[in-house]
Amino acid sequence: MATTTNTVPSAGPVAGSRSFLSRLRQGDEIARMITFLFAASVVLVTLLLVFELWQGSVLPRHKFGFNFFRTSVWDPIFEQFGALPFIYGTLVTAAVSLLIAVPLGIGAAIFLAELAPARVSDTLEFFIDLLAAVPSVIYGVLGIFIVVPLMRQYVQPALKHSLGFLPLFQGPAYGVGFLTAGIVLAIMVIPYIISVSREVLLSVPRDQREAALSLGATRWESTWKVVVPFARAGIFGSIFLALARALGETMAVTMVIGNTPVISASLFSPGYSIAAVIANEFTEATGDLHTESLIELGLVLFILTFVLNGFARLLIVATSQRGSGRGQA
Amino acid sequence: MHASVRPVLSVNIPPIATSPAARETSAALSMRMTISKVNFFYGSKQTLFDVSMGIATNKVTSLIGPSGCGKSTLLRTLNRMYEIVRGARLEGEILLDGQNILTQDVTSYRRRVGMVFQRPNPFPKSIFDNVAYGLRINGSQAPISEAVEKSLRHAALWDEVKDHLHKSAYELSGGQQQRLCIARALAVEPEVLLLDEPCSALDPISTAKIEELLVQLKDFCTIVTVTHNMQQAARISDFTAFLLTGQLIEFSPTPQLFTTPGDPRTEAYITGRFG
Repeated sequence: MATTTNTVPSAGPVAGSRSFLSRLRQGDEIARMITFLFAASVVLVTLLLVFELWQGSVLPRHKFGFNFFRTSVWDPIFEQFGALPFIYGTLVTAAVSLLIAVPLGIGAAIFLAELAPARVSDTLEFFIDLLAAVPSVIYGVLGIFIVVPLMRQYVQPALKHSLGFLPLFQGPAYGVGFLTAGIVLAIMVIPYIISVSREVLLSVPRDQREAALSLGATRWESTWKVVVPFARAGIFGSIFLALARALGETMAVTMVIGNTPVISASLFSPGYSIAAVIANEFTEATGDLHTESLIELGLVLFILTFVLNGFARLLIVATSQRGSGRGQA
Repeated sequence: MHASVRPVLSVNIPPIATSPAARETSAALSMRMTISKVNFFYGSKQTLFDVSMGIATNKVTSLIGPSGCGKSTLLRTLNRMYEIVRGARLEGEILLDGQNILTQDVTSYRRRVGMVFQRPNPFPKSIFDNVAYGLRINGSQAPISEAVEKSLRHAALWDEVKDHLHKSAYELSGGQQQRLCIARALAVEPEVLLLDEPCSALDPISTAKIEELLVQLKDFCTIVTVTHNMQQAARISDFTAFLLTGQLIEFSPTPQLFTTPGDPRTEAYITGRFG
């Protein structure tokens, strides 16, 4: 913060030794304080959020302690609350969605940025941005009326038939469940990945491409070995954005995941996610312990997002090519 | 100024006896590349008109002229880099070693004609990996580390970087980065090296190093450089071509072009009356 004020070009007549007061009079100091306040408010809101979630979950933390994360019984009547099935459901659906969305999204972004004519690329970008803005409840409805029947009648029987030897694809085909929720989530996050990755790929300097081509690279070699690595940090950024949305998505997941607190190796099994259970039960919670257990689930989701984001950032640093000085594209 | 003056092809003009460069011309020059009747279009806009010239083997040829005269466009036709621009079209014939370049496979052709760009543009990789890039994508059989050392030596960069080959290329200075880009281009052993205003982003000391380097590199390959710095063209090149609004106005041995230009427009340009 202090460096910004030092590098401001000397505007006034007393440029050499400008006191706090003169800077205040000229507005530099005021601008600095106002923008600092805005920046600080982000941190403040985050801390407040953690504080509230922590304060609101005193009862279950004292009653269950660490067992809250280890047990899988969720029984409001006997007041037994374990978060494991919800954590599991959240992670599994997010993982399934990223497994589908990352290759599709990045592939589409490469097409739009590198191969498609500019007019096609810009037109498609318009629709992609539109998709990103569709409310999630719409995706939920789409999930219930289209994806669930399709899954039940065609996809799940086919998967069972071909890959049924894997525990992932065993059990009855209900239609709703982890896999369906993951697919609906994938549909929702793909626009984020495409839109951000495309922008990042387009901002790669043209001379990087030309340098590769002039060395006898094919167009694909220049894209895959030069342009994409150059844009790597930004592409990872788009995946974080997708991950954050997949972890926190509530409405659409609630509508297709089956809302059953179960841990099952099968992706066909109905499940539950943290966000979904909070949305379903918070208004009808019976008793303080139930309510506060839901708040603790909120805290868990917050920590989960935080940890996964931190982990992903570490991943960028760890996988950065040796010698790549430019972290950010 | 005569509007009707035709582009002058003066490579074969009888040389002035005293000039050393002119004496060279009198010896039978072998032409690495021949450009004949090249017209170039971006969409419907024509940017080169009927350009014909030869690029002499193991010499430095400079293309000079004011901004927008088509000198960079002409350079980019030589390795077919123009093809990545949509709507770009070339008419005419360009030969490398007597073979039409336009009918060859473009990726293998570009390996024979290296290019260095206006701004240093190393890849975000280590110094070593930058130089090795071309070798690796071409599946070179030669031991890579030896080829990298050789290229860096040729680019006069080896002594400065040999102890930290695995540092990022971005840690080098601008002039070093540009020499790294030259080394990267040299690694695939091109027959011709194209340079598009290679010194325009560099300080005078780095510029001097690159100029010196280019003169040395003549032994390995044929060099074509675009520059808007006339002194630079005079210092380093054996032949100079002057372009104006897409036309080749004059093409002569460098001393001749700068001392006794054959066209009033060339004279006006080199004496600083425009451009």
